Amino acid sequence: METIISTYTSVNEQAVKTWYKAGPVEAFPDNGGVCVKYKDRQIAVFNFKRKNTWYACQNLCPHKLEMVLSRGMIGDANSLPKVACPMHKKTFSLETGENLDGALDAIATYPVKVADNIVYIGFSE
Amino acid sequence: MKTIIVVGNGMVGYKFCEKFVARQASNDFKILVFGEESRPAYDRVRLSQYFEDGNATALEMAPRSWYAENNIELITGQRVTDIHRSSRTISTMNDQTFSYDYLVLATGSSPFVPPIKGIEKEGVFVYRTIEDLEAISAYARTLSEGNMQPPKAAVLGGGLLGLEAAKAVMDMGLEPHVVEFAPKLMPRQLDRRSSKILQGKLASLGIHVHLNKATNAIIGSRAITGLQFGEYDGIMVDMLVVSAGIRPRDELAKTCGLEMGTRGGIVVNNKMQTSDSSIFAIGEVALYNNMIYGLVAPGYEMAEVAVSQILGDQEVLMSETIDMSTKLKLIGVDVASFGEPFMPVEKGYAILFENKTKDLYKRVNISHDGTKLLGGILVGDATDYNRLHQLYLNDLPIPEAAEELIIGSITNGSPSLGSVLDIPDVAQVCSCESVTKGDICNPIKSGACNSLSEVIAMTKATTGCGGCKPMVTDLVDETLASLGKEVQDTICEHFDYTRQELYGICKVKKISTFDQALATCGKGHGCEICQPLLASIFASLYNDTPNDEAVIQDTNDRFLANIQRNGTYSVVPRIPGGEISADKLITIGKVAKEYHLYTKITGGQRIDLFGAKLNQLPAIWKDLIDAGFESGHAYGKSLRTVKSCVGSTWCRYGMDESVSFAIALEERYKGLRSPHKIKGGVSGCIRECAEARGKDFGLIAVEGGWNLYVCGNGGANPKHAKLLAEQIDNETCIKYLDRFLMYYIRTAAPLMRTAPWLEKLEGGISQLQKIVVADSLQIASALESEMQSLIDAYQCEWKQAIENEAMKSRFKHFVNDEADDDNLVFVPMRDQWMPKQWEQ
Ligand code: SRM
Ligand SMILES: Cc1cc2nc3c(=O)[nH]c(=O)nc-3n(C[C@H](O)[C@H](O)[C@H](O)COP(=O)(O)OP(=O)(O)OC[C@H]3O[C@@H](n4cnc5c(N)ncnc54)[C@H](O)[C@@H]3O)c2cc1C
Ligand code: SF4
Ligand code: FES
Repeated sequence: METIISTYTSVNEQAVKTWYKAGPVEAFPDNGGVCVKYKDRQIAVFNFKRKNTWYACQNLCPHKLEMVLSRGMIGDANSLPKVACPMHKKTFSLETGENLDGALDAIATYPVKVADNIVYIGFSE
Repeated sequence: MKTIIVVGNGMVGYKFCEKFVARQASNDFKILVFGEESRPAYDRVRLSQYFEDGNATALEMAPRSWYAENNIELITGQRVTDIHRSSRTISTMNDQTFSYDYLVLATGSSPFVPPIKGIEKEGVFVYRTIEDLEAISAYARTLSEGNMQPPKAAVLGGGLLGLEAAKAVMDMGLEPHVVEFAPKLMPRQLDRRSSKILQGKLASLGIHVHLNKATNAIIGSRAITGLQFGEYDGIMVDMLVVSAGIRPRDELAKTCGLEMGTRGGIVVNNKMQTSDSSIFAIGEVALYNNMIYGLVAPGYEMAEVAVSQILGDQEVLMSETIDMSTKLKLIGVDVASFGEPFMPVEKGYAILFENKTKDLYKRVNISHDGTKLLGGILVGDATDYNRLHQLYLNDLPIPEAAEELIIGSITNGSPSLGSVLDIPDVAQVCSCESVTKGDICNPIKSGACNSLSEVIAMTKATTGCGGCKPMVTDLVDETLASLGKEVQDTICEHFDYTRQELYGICKVKKISTFDQALATCGKGHGCEICQPLLASIFASLYNDTPNDEAVIQDTNDRFLANIQRNGTYSVVPRIPGGEISADKLITIGKVAKEYHLYTKITGGQRIDLFGAKLNQLPAIWKDLIDAGFESGHAYGKSLRTVKSCVGSTWCRYGMDESVSFAIALEERYKGLRSPHKIKGGVSGCIRECAEARGKDFGLIAVEGGWNLYVCGNGGANPKHAKLLAEQIDNETCIKYLDRFLMYYIRTAAPLMRTAPWLEKLEGGISQLQKIVVADSLQIASALESEMQSLIDAYQCEWKQAIENEAMKSRFKHFVNDEADDDNLVFVPMRDQWMPKQWEQ
């Protein structure tokens, strides 16, 4: 199981080597998430329309290691954007990945960019 | 560094450790604890819970790791056998020796087993440890096997513990018989009249009571078959639980020459010191003021005193008088007694209220000058216990007409006890954790705490026996209110309103999307609390399905299925009233087989198919819908099932067609979104096989029509539904149900079932009757037409989802790939599949 977690590490924009083409903007629901497959990884992508910002993070919830975060609800707590896991409602910052209501490991986050109506996720390799 | 040895790791021994650690002086001391039992200390007060869930860890006072984390060495399964005072050492059963600077004896007590002839027979038990309970269960199981009649079990002793044991054996399926030597039950707490009332109440629960019985022999060859009272008197029973009092476990002290009471117990002073000043005794083994206190609260206070004394805080002494007030738990009958329950004429007089038809008895004892409450007894309704107990404990002034203390609560529904805030700050509210009113209210006033849960986290109040919970809740609410703070029932940081207010705003302003709601009356971007709540309000107002704004729905509603442990979903087609044709059963079987789904009959009379992957859901539902099924809304806060019994269609006792009516009601209210789930039941006669009174609404066929009950539920806190109307016809039932349900939907807090809603409704069931039956608010026709428009707007949301490509597109695991989630692992179980267990 450790191996699964270790396939996900945060990437910041400067470190991006590959911008993976995830799909057209219409495929991503407003204010909700979907899951993108990239090689053997599962990435949750959120089109946070109300903030006009896109976020991406691992789909794996560190609580019970299930691939579910893309199905969680997004929102904010004290203006901090967050996602709530659909399984037991643990919440994570979409910016830093940090667990906001407990001491779970932080989730990995990835940069997202949109160009010519196409959504890209940034990876470091 | 000094060494403290604690002998006994029971409730009080543990509390000693906890209080010691809390002082953070532990660096100067090493604590070594010996426990004879194999487990770390557990909550004996809640012992009977073990019968319900068999979960011993849940009862632990603290996990084993807690001791290590706090530098306490815990050695369980090890009895201390000797104390050598001259060398300040103890030795254990396997002959190891340890030396101490302070010795704390917390060896508790053991059940007293009277020397009755035959007491050693198989099938005779005591009730003190988890092992005792395991042995009782195992024996009860062997008795029940292959037995048509429930086996009988006697409990020797009709005290607090005996009654608890009787309830436990009854819950195990045995027929309980309580045998008491005295002429009344709970002889130390109740007078004769209240004992009579209690006896009647117990009889109605199925507990048989035998008073005035001196058991002189236990009969049976190897195993018990009966109890013999007199020459010609006795009862036949298959098991006996002895609960005839306790004896302190003082054997260690006896052999090392500490001062003992004449009838046992280790004599202690108000510092909890024994006759040897470096040896302390606390809990049920300690004889203080010539008494053994068989309750946990005095034990906890003793632990506090011993900790303080050892740490040099000499001012902390044991209270002079010990409060022995008690409230019986578990049994399903309210029984409480406080202060001096019996009143010698020279000290005061008693005021009694008795209503035999309602099994009610209340007694208060008042000082001759009429100024003080000295004690009392409550049977049948102990809601006033906490407040009366506080009046007594704190010598608070009482009304001039003292009868108002008990009668006020009957005539006008609220006792004339004033506000909870009137009690003094030093009043002890939670006796288990010694939390005073000040401890609860001050942090709220200073702003350190803002809610009940924060107060509980800070003070530990309510975490012991839980009896003070209502009072602590009132204190928190009233303190918040007195500070002008909103008692926290606004929804979240994004909406400063209650659900009822938001419902009104959305209705008046015709708000129908989440963004509109945020713009009109919210702030920020929403969260996982307000989004599903508004979705539910939109559904209740306009019967929007979750397909309309899927992203604000809870995950179950968003994907119209219940998420399972591994992220797959379950599929529950509606099977109204539990009636299903052979063809439909075959369809379910085929679908389950094709998609490798695990099938199970649910507790709601229908069939659940588990393990569907997100991307399989539309195809599964297409097959089901083609065969005539609809969504069962098992995922929604909406109508679940209307359970039925077979009724007059087949049953020889049936008074009416319960299945037909259950189906009609389920069809009528299917898809109705509400603050929480709603369940119904229809029984064909008062035998009540549909468990209708355990539902939010329930109908029972009687001579002349249906009796309509509302606001019941099962779950963690079961409530029987209350009678709303009697002998009414189908049409009237529907009319009242429309009104009742719609009124609930309009006014309830989020995620509040009908039973707690009714509890909050001022005036309770009679008020609800006025609104629903007599239309006192003149809203009945509005409620009915709102309901009708919701019913007219119903559509099966699964049908909608699979017929609309845009809606259907959300049922995919990957947005950019057709593959399944490759993280899923299923393992075989019996003839089906289940998800692999979690590793963490
Ligand atoms: C499947 C089922 C268990 C079973 O295998 O039998 C079940 C499964 C769940 N129940 Fe239940 N309950 C099921 C019948 C019941 C019953 C029996 C009944 O309906 O007669 C009760 C007691 C009756 C009652 O509700 O008053 C029941 C009382 C609860 C409660 C406690 C509700 C309460 O008011 O205290 C919860 C927790 C909650 O809703 O907050 C709960 C919650 C749940 C949840 C939703 C827990 C969760 O969030 O995962 C489970 C959903 C599993 C799923 O995916 O379907 N379930 N649950 C039953 C589905 C019935 C159906 O056909 O719809
Ligand atoms: C079913 C039940 C329900 C109850 N309900 C209530 C209630 O509602 N309210 C209430 O206030 N009280 C209730 N009580 C009483 C309450 O549980 C006791 O008052 C409390 O447990 C006393 O704590 P203690 O630590 O003194 O004794 P115990 O909890 O009995 O702990 C003593 C421990 O010391 C161990 N021990 C004894 N001798 C030795 C030795 N020589 N070496 C090592 N270990 C030793 C014993 O094995 C035991 O584990 C109930 C009791 C029972 C059995
Ligand atoms: S009782 Fe209900 S909620 Fe609990 S495990 Fe069973 S199905 Fe799930
Ligand atoms: S699996 Fe995500 S919160 Fe439990």
